[in-house]
Amino acid sequence: MSVGSIWVFVEASDGTITNTSLELLTKARDLADTVEAVSVSASDVAAAAGAHGATTVHQVDGTDGKLVGPAVASAIADAVAAGGGPDAILIATSYDGRDVAGRLSVKLDASVITNVVDVVEVDGALAGIVPIFGGSTNVTTKFTNDKPDIFLIRPKSFAAEESGGGPAAVASLAVPDLGATGSAVVTNRFVEEQTGPSLDDADIVVSGGRGLGESANYDLVEQLAKQLGAAPGASRAIVDAGWVPYSYQVGQTGKVVKPNVYIAAGISGATQHLVGMKGSKTIIAINKDPEAPIFSVADLGIVGDVHKVLPKLIEALQNR
Amino acid sequence: MNVVVCVKQIPDPADPGALDPETKTLVRTGKLILDEADSYGVEMALQLVDAAGGGEVTLVSMAPNEEQGGLRTALAMGAAKAVLVSDDALKGSDALTTAKVLAKAIARTGEPDLVLTATESSDGYTGTVPEQIAELLSLPSVTFAKSIAVEGSTANVQRQTEAGYDDVQVPLPAVVSVTAGVVEPRYPSFKGIMAAKSKPLDAVTVADLGFDSAQVGWNGAGQEIIEVSEAEAREAGTIVEDDGEGFQKVVDYLAELKVI
Ligand SMILES: Cc1cc2nc3c(=O)[nH]c(=O)nc-3n(C[C@H](O)[C@H](O)[C@H](O)COP(=O)(O)OP(=O)(O)OC[C@H]3O[C@@H](n4cnc5c(N)ncnc54)[C@H](O)[C@@H]3O)c2cc1C
Ligand SMILES: Cc1cc2nc3c(=O)[nH]c(=O)nc-3n(C[C@H](O)[C@H](O)[C@H](O)COP(=O)(O)OP(=O)(O)OC[C@H]3O[C@@H](n4cnc5c(N)ncnc54)[C@H](O)[C@@H]3O)c2cc1C
Repeated sequence: MSVGSIWVFVEASDGTITNTSLELLTKARDLADTVEAVSVSASDVAAAAGAHGATTVHQVDGTDGKLVGPAVASAIADAVAAGGGPDAILIATSYDGRDVAGRLSVKLDASVITNVVDVVEVDGALAGIVPIFGGSTNVTTKFTNDKPDIFLIRPKSFAAEESGGGPAAVASLAVPDLGATGSAVVTNRFVEEQTGPSLDDADIVVSGGRGLGESANYDLVEQLAKQLGAAPGASRAIVDAGWVPYSYQVGQTGKVVKPNVYIAAGISGATQHLVGMKGSKTIIAINKDPEAPIFSVADLGIVGDVHKVLPKLIEALQNR
Repeated sequence: MNVVVCVKQIPDPADPGALDPETKTLVRTGKLILDEADSYGVEMALQLVDAAGGGEVTLVSMAPNEEQGGLRTALAMGAAKAVLVSDDALKGSDALTTAKVLAKAIARTGEPDLVLTATESSDGYTGTVPEQIAELLSLPSVTFAKSIAVEGSTANVQRQTEAGYDDVQVPLPAVVSVTAGVVEPRYPSFKGIMAAKSKPLDAVTVADLGFDSAQVGWNGAGQEIIEVSEAEAREAGTIVEDDGEGFQKVVDYLAELKVI
């Protein structure tokens, strides 16, 4: 028995469907007979969602200037109650995705399998593969009830591939009265300035950590990134210390990156950092402590002082 | 203003524990400590109550074996009192059950103006409990708060986004999850530590909260682990000592990878 129908919560940023949404749609296509999307901006995403396998995008209205979690969760829950819901719902581990999953879980009285990096079929039912202990061990978890399966899936778990489908049809999903739960309003959106490639898309990422010593030395990371056309990133230690904005953070509570090359300078390699970058194709680490855990995942490790290695590296690249 | 902070007490992250091959749950030994992730919420709550010029901070925690080490730390920081839910029946609970228990425990404290949590715990990190609590209590919520300011019966919250942050306005009562690192948690003073020992701690069981033990723990969990396997390990790389020419190794490697 294969899975009949999967819905994917599809998100857009600046009017463009997110990569993670495309990844989830691609995976859903592998698992189910029909794939449909749920979105708060269906017209923005219908073409790309269709091209990645969705037949329909269910539009959830009324979220302009609101946080979307309560409306999306209530609309999906109502569809399930009316008998028109899916067998499983795939949601990205994003800010809004987590809101939707938490609220939906209560509405359906259904468990959520979180931090999923793969979804597989076991005896006709879906199960999630979840890394634990910083990724050294995988557990396979399945649901024990007959509620719709809710999976919260980490970004970059799958490669997005087009299916060759035309634009998805847009349908409307009714939102019930949300009462107090719908009363949080967004009054202003502040976008941090960003130059160069984004952490999500960059082919190379250069991240710095506490080993840089002080805030001003993050400049070394930025210079190296500039030489390589790379995106600059950071460990949480230096985000917490206020050296760089939160949007630079790589790891469990930051971004998941999978670049071609990841360079870690003065980063110890805590498990929460590793889960955000272990999937990189190649990893280069510079750390003065030969025992630093980052070396356990490095393809090339330089045991040395970042204040000595980085300036020479930058200079050598400038001279090429 | 009265604030409830949900605080998880967790095994010291320096000792992550192991999976029991039989039950496939995490086996933990040793005393539990206050999850660092929750220390930010406690600090934020103390600051908000201070700014409001009145009210108190109440802690809510669900933990095995009536563990209270983490609660005492947060009480020593300045929280007034705590509710601790501890019951063998809770073993094996999933996040939804945890949220149901916490929601009931929060209701037991009265009608708080604000409920704070971390965005995710350091050991289970499902990150779903805050929204689940909000939905169970029919409250609005703002997740990933960088800052909270209360004006009358409204909270103005800066909410972390992919690109920066949103200013979000939410009427109280509400649930807000606090991003780690956004405030500097105070160290408990000696006086605080001494005072914490005699602060009221309301220890309750699931029955006290109106649950049947068949609804919680293993029985209530909507999921189970069916397999545990080693993840594919990365192949060991080349580790070299910098002799002044270490940078050249990086240049050569980048050239070999054809990225320069
Ligand atoms: C719930 C939770 C979520 C978390 N999420 C994240 C996350 O998303 N991302 C993240 O990164 N962390 C996260 N953390 C924090 C994580 O546990 C570590 O504390 C953090 O990654 C450490 O950052 P760091 O490597 O920069 O600092 P440290 O661990 O202090 O390491 C600094 C390293 O620099 C080296 N060093 C020092 N001087 C030099 C020098 N001159 N030259 C070369 N090397 C030098 C040292 O040997 C050391 O290895 C999380 C923690 C928790 C509890
Ligand atoms: C490795 C691992 C993976 C797991 N995966 C899943 C899963 O996929 N799905 C699932 O349903 N369960 C899962 N669980 C079980 C889940 O972690 C527990 O049910 C846990 O009690 C609540 O979830 P959390 O810590 O992940 O909460 P989170 O949602 O990460 O916690 C957010 C915040 O809620 C508050 N909070 C959470 N728990 C408590 C508490 N006991 N007392 C007081 N405040 C609290 C804290 O402020 C906390 O920072 C997993 C457990 C482990 C150890």
